Amino acid sequence: MPKLSIEDLEKISERVRRTTLLREGAGRAKVTVHMGTCGIAAGSRKIIDTLLRLVEEQDVKDVILTTSGCAGLCSREPMATVELLQEAPVKYVDLTEDKIRRIFLEHVLGGRPVQEYALAVGSERTQ
Amino acid sequence: MKPYRANVMVCAGTGCVSNHSLEIKKAFEEEIQKRGLADEVQVVTTGCNGFCGAGPIAVVQPDGIFYQLLKIKDIPYLVEEHLLKGRPVPRLMYVPPEEKIHIPKMNDIAFFKGQMLVALRNRGMIDPENIDDYIARDGYRASAKVLTTMTPDEVIQMIEASGLRGRGGGGFPTGVKWESCRKAKGEPRYVICNADEGDPGAFMDRSIIEGDPHSVLEGMVIGAFAVGSSEGYIYVRQEYPLARERLVIAINQAREYGLLGDDIFGTGFKFDVDIRRGAGAFVCGESTALMASVEGRVGEPRAKYIHTVEHGLWNKPTCLNNVETWATIPAIIMRGVDWFTSIGTGDVSENPWGGSKGTKVFSVAGKINNTGLVEVPMGITLREIIFDVGGGVPKGKKFKAVQTGGPSGGFLAAELLDLQVDYEQLTEAGSMMGSGGMVIMDEDNCMVDMAKYFLTFTQDESCGKCAPCREGTLRMLQILQRITDGKGTEEDLVLLEDLSHYVIDSSLCALGGSAPNPVLTTLRYFREEYEVHIRDKKCPARVCRQLNVYTIDPNLCVTKGHGCGVCRAQCPEKAIVGEKNKAHSVIQDACKKCGVCYDVCKFDAIQIS
Ligand SMILES: Cc1cc2nc3c(=O)[nH]c(=O)nc-3n(C[C@H](O)[C@H](O)[C@H](O)COP(=O)(O)O)c2cc1C
Repeated sequence: MPKLSIEDLEKISERVRRTTLLREGAGRAKVTVHMGTCGIAAGSRKIIDTLLRLVEEQDVKDVILTTSGCAGLCSREPMATVELLQEAPVKYVDLTEDKIRRIFLEHVLGGRPVQEYALAVGSERTQ
Repeated sequence: MKPYRANVMVCAGTGCVSNHSLEIKKAFEEEIQKRGLADEVQVVTTGCNGFCGAGPIAVVQPDGIFYQLLKIKDIPYLVEEHLLKGRPVPRLMYVPPEEKIHIPKMNDIAFFKGQMLVALRNRGMIDPENIDDYIARDGYRASAKVLTTMTPDEVIQMIEASGLRGRGGGGFPTGVKWESCRKAKGEPRYVICNADEGDPGAFMDRSIIEGDPHSVLEGMVIGAFAVGSSEGYIYVRQEYPLARERLVIAINQAREYGLLGDDIFGTGFKFDVDIRRGAGAFVCGESTALMASVEGRVGEPRAKYIHTVEHGLWNKPTCLNNVETWATIPAIIMRGVDWFTSIGTGDVSENPWGGSKGTKVFSVAGKINNTGLVEVPMGITLREIIFDVGGGVPKGKKFKAVQTGGPSGGFLAAELLDLQVDYEQLTEAGSMMGSGGMVIMDEDNCMVDMAKYFLTFTQDESCGKCAPCREGTLRMLQILQRITDGKGTEEDLVLLEDLSHYVIDSSLCALGGSAPNPVLTTLRYFREEYEVHIRDKKCPARVCRQLNVYTIDPNLCVTKGHGCGVCRAQCPEKAIVGEKNKAHSVIQDACKKCGVCYDVCKFDAIQIS
């Protein structure tokens, strides 16, 4: 692997934005499971496993599954964020396998957020 | 031919068909036939609606009602209600996102609203095991900028002007430290990241590394360039396996991209990082003990007058910073000094100790509704952190105290809730910023017991090298034990205070130098609680069991518990007597006050007085 130049950084950014940020053609939905130690201890591995199984079961091709670190609200883990194309991300808390299954079917596939499990919509303020 | 009154349009796209939409269509037809609606309602199939996930789907026109996730057993009801009686069935309907459902906005939620993310700027947004994600959020742009357009002195000046102070405990101005290290004589120089995080209940640094390891690496590259180092270490405690794993992945990815290693960005600058594992001793977070441990020696501190910036790791100039400090560096480089100094308190333009700039990450734990990790601007009040961001004390209990700064931080009482959180004000109040632990206590916590708890920790973690810390904290602990056992005297309080000052003044390192803080601050803000323990032999919070008198409410014992006898069976002293279905009682002379009866009674019949 040759060393990166600054222009390469831009190219990587562009590529990532194309593939993991929801843009035309890439994905229709992105699900991020928060997997810091707090999330894992609370059971987030089961959540990602369930999602992987659902993706396979339903044979969906346009949903991006990804993981991330702690979302800050450790007492409400496991947490996941669902982002649909052109919609604000929705954060879900206190997840179980049943809940994520319902979220996957209703929100990710059906387009309708599951209000009971949702904590908030939108992103955090970064400076 | 008469036009149909309604059309049921069943989706026959591949997705819906595989979800049995053709059977749904058949069920519609049969039910419509059965109800005698065949002349009025037509069932047709359509192509894919694009909403495959909600399939099987049917749209009833002209009403435009969109039904989803239909099952065969839903159809008779749906036909009867909607097509016969004209009442759409909300239970089966799809509600488009715009008109649904109220979910609060992120910024309407106090927990998020009060926060400002700098060190945690990528939290929850990136995959920590994928360097490209970090790069896509402007990662490694700061190191690129520094290496290709700035001189080391310019970097140091910038960090100094930003007023950034160490987030690991002491609050030492980072730029000043870098400058001393750069000026120190000796080669090679080292940079180290302190990820020991030994404070019980603290998880800021772990979370940063787990969620965004590259932010720390990038900060270290910048620091290394500024002080003139090509070799760095990250000291992570053994108990952080996930953090370590993600660091290893991050380091390898950065090396592969040439963002660590030789000739970074083709500038000729080289820098690489290695990981060292700590065994989880609290004292190894102290700078000199940490360096001893990295060298493979016993992790014991040495006297402070030899500065680690000059004589650090292997006796060479060394720049040690905390995880959060490192993670903040790239943000300052990218956003500039003016932005950073616009956040926080005081004025750092003349004096780097003149204020507290930027944000601080706190792990908020204890009696608090929103346990978690928060990043807030310096200068925010304790009240805002605890009651707005933290959501207050659970179960309607009364707030009693907050301990800031880790196990050797101080306890601050309710009257200090409007204190602004910055380095100076916390220190003045007898506590400290520390690394950012924050433990909230309510009316059920006994302050003497809490002081004892934290002193037990620091006493246990004292390395034993110097007598004041080793012996002094032990004696203090014995006195606290005496008081909570109801054997304290008024003189004990004076003795505790005297000992505290001796330990602080004469210990070798800041472990002993700060361990008495919990005792001193509880004596300062909660003195009468000590006095009640000593004078009245009572613990107002009923925590100190030796001061409790356990009795049994005969009424509750019989009516609710039917004299179940669990307490009698569990009492290790056989101090409880009674028979099944009859009231039990405690033989006070035999009771050793262990409180087991209180713990096991399911009927609240055991009373403490
Ligand atoms: C007993 C003791 C434990 C410490 N533990 C830590 C720690 O876990 N993490 C940390 O960053 N600093 C810790 N420190 C502070 C370090 O000695 C040092 O000041 C700090 O790592 C410097 O980095 P900073 O200037 O970026 O804060 C500890 C200090 C003492 C006395």
